This record gives sequence, C-alpha cells and structure tokens, in this order.
Amino acid sequence: MLSIKDLTVNVNDKKILKGINLEIKAGEIHAIMGPNGSGKSTLSHILSGKSGYEVTGGSATYQGKDLLAMPPEIRAREGVFLAFQYPVEIPGVSNVYLLKAALNAVRKYNGQDEVDAMDFLTLVKGKIKALEMDEKFLYRAVNEGFSGGEKKRNEILQMAILEPKLCILDETDSGLDIDALKVVADGVNSLRSPDRAFIMVTHYQRLLDYIKPDFVHVLAHGQIIKSGGPELALELEEKGYGWLEDGQVAA
Amino acid sequence: MNTALNPYMAAYPALAAVLPGQALAWLQDIRADALARFSSHGFPSAREEDWRYTNLAALAKQTFAPVVAAAEPIIDAEWLKPYQLADAWSLVLVDGHFCAALSRTDGLPESVQVLGMADALQTYGGQVAAYFGKAVDSAEHGFIAFNNAWFTDGVFVDIPAQLVLDKPIQCLHIVTQAGAVAATRNLLVLGANASAQWLETFVGAEVAYLSAAVTEAFVGQNASLTAYKVQCESAQAYHFGGLYVQQARDARFNQHNFAFGGLLARSDIRTDLGQGSECELNGLYLGVKRQHIDNHTRINHTQPHASSRQLYKGVLDGRARGVFQGRVVVAEQAQKTDSDMNNRNLLLSPDAEVDTKPQLEIYADDVKCGHGVTIGQLDEKSVFYLQSRCIDEETARNMLTFAFANEMVDKVANEELKIQLQGLLLKKFSSVIL
Repeated sequence: MLSIKDLTVNVNDKKILKGINLEIKAGEIHAIMGPNGSGKSTLSHILSGKSGYEVTGGSATYQGKDLLAMPPEIRAREGVFLAFQYPVEIPGVSNVYLLKAALNAVRKYNGQDEVDAMDFLTLVKGKIKALEMDEKFLYRAVNEGFSGGEKKRNEILQMAILEPKLCILDETDSGLDIDALKVVADGVNSLRSPDRAFIMVTHYQRLLDYIKPDFVHVLAHGQIIKSGGPELALELEEKGYGWLEDGQVAA
Repeated sequence: MNTALNPYMAAYPALAAVLPGQALAWLQDIRADALARFSSHGFPSAREEDWRYTNLAALAKQTFAPVVAAAEPIIDAEWLKPYQLADAWSLVLVDGHFCAALSRTDGLPESVQVLGMADALQTYGGQVAAYFGKAVDSAEHGFIAFNNAWFTDGVFVDIPAQLVLDKPIQCLHIVTQAGAVAATRNLLVLGANASAQWLETFVGAEVAYLSAAVTEAFVGQNASLTAYKVQCESAQAYHFGGLYVQQARDARFNQHNFAFGGLLARSDIRTDLGQGSECELNGLYLGVKRQHIDNHTRINHTQPHASSRQLYKGVLDGRARGVFQGRVVVAEQAQKTDSDMNNRNLLLSPDAEVDTKPQLEIYADDVKCGHGVTIGQLDEKSVFYLQSRCIDEETARNMLTFAFANEMVDKVANEELKIQLQGLLLKKFSSVIL
C-alpha cells in the first residue's frame, strides 16, 4: 500500500529525516516509536502533505502513485487520513457540516452522488454512539472548546466516517487519560480490516497495550534504527531508547 | 467655499422652492443654518479627525443632483425580491421620495403612525418638531449639514407606549437613476415599554449615485429597539448613512450593521445612553476590489449603570480598504459603566488594508471598560486541517472566511433576514456550498 524509500526531508535547511525506508501492506498496523525530536511528527506531516517541508531525496509511493506529488486534499480523497496530534479548532464551522463536506468531497472524487441528508445523519449518529460522544458535538464548531480527549475522539469520528485506507495516527494517545484512551483504541480497533493499514506514531508504549501492532519501528535522529514485532515495544518500555541510540552511535 | 466651486450651492436656490416643510419656520431655520455650514465647509475633509481615513476627493469630482419629480417609479418586483422581507411591513423610498404604492403597511396597529416625512411635515409638523434635529445637528459634520439642507423626504414612524410589534418594519432605500442624490431623513420614535424591530436596507441600480441618509431614533423608557442596517449599494455608489439614537432610562438598543456594497461607504452610528440602559452594536463589513468601507460608532455613557457591547468584524479582499473607528465616552457621572468594544479583521489579500481605531475616553472612576483589536490572515493550520479532510484549498479558504463573517449573521434573531444575509454573504464568497 505504501512504500517509502530513502526519504530525506529538510525543514529550514535542517535535515530532519535522513533516509527512511518503510513498507506497509494492507491490513498491517505499524507503530513508529521514538524519543522527542526524532522526526516522528515530520514523517506524519510529510505523508499527509503539510507545507513547510522540503523533500530532498527518496520517494513515497501509495497504491502505485507518487504520494508526495499530490496536494493534501487529493491524498485525503485517495484514502490517506491523518489524525492530528493537535486537532485544529475551527470556529464557525460545525462538526456535522465539516463531516458532510468531507464525505461528499470523497464521494464526488470517486464518481459517486452526494450522500442523502437522512442517510448521512443515520450514519453519523451510529458512529458517534460507538465513540461514546454526545450528539451535541455534531452541532458544535469543529473542536472549539473541546477537551483534549474530545478532540482525539473527534478525529477518530472523522476517520470512521471517511473510511480511509491508510490511517496515520499522530500521537493520538498523548494527553489522554486511560478511559479516553480505551474509547479511542476501541474506535481504531473497530476500523481494523484486511483492506486498511495503520501507522501509529507514538511516544508511549501504553497505546500498544490497546492497539496491537504487527510491527514496531524505532525512529531516532531521522532514521529507523530498529524494527521488530510487538515485543520490541516491551523491550523499549523496559530499557528506554538509550540502548538503541548508543548502539547507533557505535555503528 | 464659493458657489462657483460648489455646484451643489449653485443649484440650491432652484431646489429650495420644492423641498418639503416650506411653511415650517423651525425647519427653515435648520435648513438655513445647515446651508451656511455646508457652504463654508462642504463635505467632510480628511483633515477632520473623524474623517482622516476616508478621503472624499473622488466624491467632490462629481455632482449628484436630487430627483425632484416624485413621478411614479417603475421598480421590478423581481429585482427587489432578494432584499424585501416577506414577513415585514415595508416603507419604500425611491430616489429620495416615499413611495406609498410600493410600501406595505397592512395590519400595522392603527396606533402606529407611519407616513412619508414630507407628508408628516405637512400634517404633523409640530410632532416632528419635537424630535427633528434633537439627536444630531448640522455641527456633527458636512453630511449632516448636507442632509438637513437637502433632504427631500423620508419616513416618520411613531410607535406608542406599551406597544410590542411582532414583525419588523423595513425601510427600503432604492436609488434608480444615475447621477442622483438621495438625501432622506427618517424619524423613529418608540414610546415607553414599546418594542420594535427596524430594518433599513440600501440598494440601487448599477450606476453611480450618492445616497445620504440620516435616521434619528428615540427609544423611550424601558423600550426596546432592534435595528438592522443592510447596505448593498451599487458598486459605483457613494453612501453615507447615519443613525443617531437617544436612549431613555433602561432603554435597550441592539443594532446590527451589515456593510457589503458601495464604492465608498461610510456609516455613523451614535447613541446616548440613559441610566441603566443597554446597547449592543454588531457590525460586519466586507470589501472587495477597490471598495472603501468606513464604520464609525460612538457610544456616549452619560448616566450611571449603563452597559454597551460592540463587536465589528471586517473581511477585506483585493485592494479594498476598511475603517473602524469606535469611540466610547464615559462621562464623569456615568459610574458603574460596563463597556466592551472589539474589532476583528481578516485580510485576504496583500493589497487589502484596514485602519482601526478604538477610542475610550473615561472621566468616571468606577467603571469596567475594555477594548480589543485583531488584524490577521486566514490561519494556515486551519486551511491544512480542512485539506486533510478532503476539502480543496479554495473551498477551505472560503469556508473559513464565511465562518468568520457568519458569526455576525448568526446574531440576527429574525430568521428571514438571517437567511437573506447568508445569501448575500455567499454571493460575495461564491464557491462555498452550504
């Protein structure tokens, strides 16, 4: 589904990603872990098309297409979804309006008719219930005045409505208490499917107790310095990142 | 200014003979004083502090003439449709003259006096005299002097004490002729405990003209006035509109000012607050291309325990220029005043400009007064967020702009007007689909 090869990225002439290689197949969940400043968020941003990053080398191919050449909205319509670390507040635009506009943009892109208003409400209300959100959220401005947990749930709600193929969760677990984390994790787990892949960028091993990854990658100093199965996360929890980073220096 | 340089003065003698209120000595005095002031000062100059951001040089290069003949105007009802509320009483002024044929006052309680200003001067001159010029006079600035001397008609509305009107009264100002000046004068009186909604809408044919309208409103004790102004003048028009309000004790005045049209448009709103009274001024100005839209507010806290709230928002694109000048004056005896003034601006283009000047003058020592101003561009983080949700960049920008502006439309309680205003907003930022 996604193939990243030797990807190097600069921000303000500073090298942030120094040759990332990653192969992600449909149905897989990849966790990307690493210390602060390792380039984790840069990787999510560059995949979703945020401006301010300069790709200096390498490629990212998504379903056979050059992902990096697409504007952000086309990536989104092609099925790439970024759940933001810090979801943006948009006063004056209601949640339900955004959800409908987003869904219709995808449908139009795929040559489908706009969603029927009643069908849409039924769809949204079903999803919102599963995420233990109040229906009132639909009519409030996007993320405005939401708590941290509510914002993250709102991201998962959007993901559930848009049904993307590649979901990138950027530190979705940061700042969540254990109850909110469980709700968010349940939401993500309910979206697992053989056609869908996930990239979970996280600082904490805790998330992986609730969403079981197939692969764990450790990102440090702009490179993936170690990859393994779920057991790698446990090892990191025990030893911290220090042993790997030291190892890299020695190598 | 000598008459040779001022074609308005040169044309006045011929006009004076046909202006209303010939028989009223008090009005002739006001007209004579106004004419003398206009003769010496002309239209306001950028040297005046309240006009420093609005240069009227372009206006002075053209001469607009009053339409004297009150011939039956021909107005296409379809053309008026987007502006005339269906569920309202309407008073229509065409080219500066009240037009009974286009007005609709069926069902208005009989105790409400509604008629054209020229008729009112003729029939109820004494009643008009009690209010006329009491909220604003020629000393204010050149447009008031001009209006006092030149006004051809307007409407007079007197709502008796205790009466609560359930539908709005809409005063529609229409200018149809190129080169016309429509100088109109309205008088609105609300008795004690009365309640009314008053809407003034300004529209015109796509030609150059000057609209110079003044409304004086007197809100009685504990009465409540909700006033709306929807300014959709033609893209070549010059607009001056002033609303001057006197609020008696405990009176409430809630005003919503939408400035969308005109080549150069200036709006003045001034209110004098009685003890324990409240006012809320909301404004939205949208400028595109080379529009110049100036909004002035002045709130005089003259008595204790009054409160005032102001929020003006501006959206400026192209080479448009916006002005907000808000002045709040708290007199020495106006203790316990509670006042807040905010102005927020969104600049959509590097050539757009806004001048904003909130002024607080406080002479009392036990008051709560605040003000704030912001000028910014669309938040790029928000644009990206919407893009990441499948929405293309242009739509995202329009959506955010609409959301910014729509906050002011949302404050409108009248549903029909709200929908009309949203339509006008969408027309201005057309690629948003709701």
